[in-house]
Amino acid sequence: MSVVATVRLPSVLRPDAGGAAELEVSGATLGAVLDEIGMRFPALERRLRDESGALRRYVNFYVDGEECRRLGGTAAALGPGAEVMVIPSVAGG
Amino acid sequence: MDILLAIGTRKGLWLARSSDRRNWEISGPQFPVADVKAVAIDTRRETPGLLAGVLNSHFGPTMVTSDDLGATWSEPDDAPIAFPADTEAALEGVWQLRPGPAAEPDVVYAGVEPSALFRSTDGGRTFELVRGLWDHPHRTEWFPGGGGKALHTIIPHPQDANRMAVAMSTGGVYQTVDGGQSWKPTNTGITAEFLPEPPEYGQCVHKVAAHPSEPDRMYLQNHGGVFRSVDAGQTWQSIADGVPDDFGFPMVAHPHRPGVIYNFPLTASMMRFPPKGRCAVYRSENGGDSWTELSDGLPEQGFWSAVMRDAMCADDADPAGIYFGSRNGEVYASADEGDHWRLVADHLPDVLCVRAAVIG
Repeated sequence: MSVVATVRLPSVLRPDAGGAAELEVSGATLGAVLDEIGMRFPALERRLRDESGALRRYVNFYVDGEECRRLGGTAAALGPGAEVMVIPSVAGG
Repeated sequence: MDILLAIGTRKGLWLARSSDRRNWEISGPQFPVADVKAVAIDTRRETPGLLAGVLNSHFGPTMVTSDDLGATWSEPDDAPIAFPADTEAALEGVWQLRPGPAAEPDVVYAGVEPSALFRSTDGGRTFELVRGLWDHPHRTEWFPGGGGKALHTIIPHPQDANRMAVAMSTGGVYQTVDGGQSWKPTNTGITAEFLPEPPEYGQCVHKVAAHPSEPDRMYLQNHGGVFRSVDAGQTWQSIADGVPDDFGFPMVAHPHRPGVIYNFPLTASMMRFPPKGRCAVYRSENGGDSWTELSDGLPEQGFWSAVMRDAMCADDADPAGIYFGSRNGEVYASADEGDHWRLVADHLPDVLCVRAAVIG
């Protein structure tokens, strides 16, 4: 049975998701979720990771409250009903 | 005559319009907080097209186009410029957008970081990596200059679609004569003050310019040194006598008068300000044999700023307009080929590029 996660987007990225504040996306890992986002919303995916698959340095992904880089990055496992919060980190000036 | 001046900065894009090149109507910012290093005004079609490279510090680089002179912009869903998967590279920024020659009206080139050349055959909507340069055995030995490892200069040959020159920091000048399949370094005579001996390649070339009617005569602002080639880049000779210092970033060719070139000297090597804080453009009307300071209307003192490699340009009017922007957010224009200058805008973010053209 495929895992369905809820991906919550910051307002600045919602235009790239057709205006949605959150997406229901299937995938057992964060990488798989991003793969599906890439199929549905390619412009959103490339805001989140580059073409080599690396997560954008200044975008954080909290998987059920834990930043994904402490969970293996794109390999972070998602359980049923997982919540992925996308939060731009501190950058710029 | 209606002139459009595009001003790319570290935090957005501004557009300025003028009918006399003295009074400007400025709009912006567009793409606020994004670094806009590259803008092109494609005048090969009836309504000029705009292209811009936009880098958001959070969400990465992309490229946008406008068919209505900047009123609206579009960006395809799929990345317009992206490295193929087998390269294991990722686009870090767009440094140069250059429409191809008139005979190829849908060809646009992009120079990017990390150093690579991309080619579009659909007016800049989608691009493909030029493999011949990416696969060059020297590539692993190109290293970043102060601003990054980027291909920042693209000079398509005006008559021969198979010929092109590019320049990189560092890396130097490379040229192809077979449509991009193979590339050779053409840096003989160009110095590299950061190396013990002048190398075959690896120079920190800052900008190269050439006049379309004399494509084999090229002019080059180096990281230390100003050079000219009269043999299509095979050899280079110094033309730094007559400029107050040989460091600087831009080099601009006059749009109509071969041999007329402009640069903006900075004190080398650790100051990197205009000599004595005096803001001045230098022009040569004889291919670099002699130079004239152009400063009428520019700050005479206290100008502790610099002009970046793409932050100086000419429009295509006659007489030509010359433009530059500085890291302290000032933009100046000359309607008479550099003889007199007026402030167009100030208090902008660092100016990274300017491009100007007649749009009506």
